[in-house]
Amino acid sequence: MQLTAKELEVVEIVEKNSRISNEDLAAMSGLAIEETEEILRKLEQLKVIVRYTSVIDWSKIEGHEGVTAMIDVKVTPKRGVGFDDIAKRIYRFPEVKSVYLMSGAYDLSVIIEGKSMNDVARFVSQKLSTLDSVISTTTHFILKKYKHDGTIFEPEEDDKRIVVSP
Amino acid sequence: MKTTKSYLSRTVEELKPSGIRRFFDLASGMEGVISLGVGEPDFVTPWSVREAAILSLEQGYTSYTANAGLLELRQEIASYLINSFQVAYKPESEIIVTVGASQAIDIALRSILDPGDEVIIVEPCFVSYSPLVVLAGGKPVHVQAAKDNGFKISGDTLKSAITDKTKAIMICSPNNPTGTLLEEDDLREIAAIAKEHDLLVLSDEIYAELAYDGAYTSMAAIEGMKERTILVSGFSKGFAMTGWRLGFVCAPQYIAEAMLKVHQYGMMCAPTMAQYAGLEALRSGSSDVEEMRKSYRRRRNYMVSSFNEMGLDCHLPGGAFYVFPSIQATGLTSEQFAEQLLMEEKVAVVPGNVFGESGEGYIRCSYATSMEQLQEAVRRIRSFLEKNTK
Repeated sequence: MQLTAKELEVVEIVEKNSRISNEDLAAMSGLAIEETEEILRKLEQLKVIVRYTSVIDWSKIEGHEGVTAMIDVKVTPKRGVGFDDIAKRIYRFPEVKSVYLMSGAYDLSVIIEGKSMNDVARFVSQKLSTLDSVISTTTHFILKKYKHDGTIFEPEEDDKRIVVSP
Repeated sequence: MKTTKSYLSRTVEELKPSGIRRFFDLASGMEGVISLGVGEPDFVTPWSVREAAILSLEQGYTSYTANAGLLELRQEIASYLINSFQVAYKPESEIIVTVGASQAIDIALRSILDPGDEVIIVEPCFVSYSPLVVLAGGKPVHVQAAKDNGFKISGDTLKSAITDKTKAIMICSPNNPTGTLLEEDDLREIAAIAKEHDLLVLSDEIYAELAYDGAYTSMAAIEGMKERTILVSGFSKGFAMTGWRLGFVCAPQYIAEAMLKVHQYGMMCAPTMAQYAGLEALRSGSSDVEEMRKSYRRRRNYMVSSFNEMGLDCHLPGGAFYVFPSIQATGLTSEQFAEQLLMEEKVAVVPGNVFGESGEGYIRCSYATSMEQLQEAVRRIRSFLEKNTK
C-alpha cells in the first residue's frame, strides 16, 4: 500500500509519541485537525497503526523486574504451510512477546518474558521443546537492556548548550 | 603614561557589544528557564561523526593540515556542493576550510575591502556581519527586509542603498533570525542588481541543509553568479557540529587565493580532528541530517501554529530553526517583552532589535529544543499574554 506524504508524516510522529494530542499532531504536521483525525482513523482501520503503546523500563520497578529471554528455535517446516503453522502455535502463548522467522542458523527467534528464570525454563522445557516440529532450542537470557526499539534507557539528558547564543 | 583606555583601537572601542549578551547574563543566573534563545541545534553531533574524530586522534592525526584544509575534505565538499546544490567548485583552488562560517565571513570581508568600501547588509541579520565589516575597514550600509513580505528584501530598497563605493551585498538564506528562505526568484532579483552594478554577493548559506519546503537554491547556482559570489557555509547547523568550529568558503580562484593569504597568516588551518569529523559527516551523515530536518520541520509547524493561535502574528519561515513572531499586539517593545517573559514565566527568547532596528517589534524563538520543552514554553507564553494583554 502506498501512503501519501501527509499520511507518512502522521505515522512517523505517532510512532515516536503515541500519546500526542490530535491538536499537537495536526500542528506539527501542518494539517487541519479534522484531516489529521481522518488520517488516523484510516490508518487504524488499515492496521498500519496496529496499536498505541509505550516503552516501560520494568527493571526500575521493584518486584516487577522480570526476565527476558531470546530463544533460537530450529523447526521442521510443514508441507503447504511452511513455518506459519508452527509460528502460530508458538505465538499464541501469552508469555511469548515476539516471534520472527529468521535467515541463517536457526528458523524462529522467539522472545519470551517471565517472572523468573524458572518461569522461562519451564516454558521452554514443557511448552516449546515438546512441540512436534521443534528440533532444538537455544535460550539466551537478557542481562541488561541498554536500548530497546530505538530508545536508549538511560540517555544523557543534560543540555550542554549555553542558554542564549546568537 | 597613557591611560589604560587609550591603548585600545578606536575601531574596537566603538564596536557595540552584542545585545544578546545581556539576555545571556539575565537567563544564566536563573533556575528552571526554558530557553528558546539558543542559536544552535539541540542534537548532539551524530555518533558516527564523533567516533571518526576519536579514531583520528587515536591514529595520531594531530598535526597541521594544508592551509586550505585536507584535500580529501575539500574534495568531499566539492562533491557535496555539486550533488546537493548543483554548484561546481574546484577543490584545489576554489574551496577553503575555515574555523566555522564566522571565520569564513571574516576572511572574505578582509580580502575584498579597502577603507571606505561599502557593504550592503540586509537586516534583520546575524549579529556579527556589521562588526566584521567594520573590523575589515569597510562601512556597513544597512537595508531593511520587507516585514510585509516575509522578511524578504525588495529590489528597490536594495538599489537605493547602492553608491559608487558599494563593493558587495551580504545575504543569509535561510536567515538567522527570521528563518526566511530566499527562493530562486528572490535570488534572481538580487543577482540582476549585483550584475547591473558590478557587485559581489557574500552569501551566508550556513542553514542551507535546513530548508523545509522543497529544494534549496544557492546564490552560486544562479547563472552568471558563481563568478561574483562568495559562498559561505559549514557544518555547524545542518550536521549539529557547532562546537567543532568547522566551516568553508568557496569563491572564484582569484578571491580564494586572496582569502587563503589572510587565512594562512591569521589561522594556519582549521582544527585537524574537526576536519576528519567533517569528512565523516559528508560521507555518512545525510540520513542523520534528514532525521534532524524532519524533526525541525514538525517543530516549526507547531511553533508557527501556536503563535498565530495566541494572536502573535508569525510568518511560516522556509528554513533554519527560528520563528520570528511579531509582539506588537502586546504594546511592548521587543526588549520589554523578552525581559518580562523571562522574569515572569522563565522563558528566554531573544529580542528582535538585537538583529537590527527592523527587528524591533519581533522576538526570535529558536525551536532547536525538544517538543516537550516547546509545549511547555507555549503554555508559559500563553499565560504571559493572558496576564499582559489588556
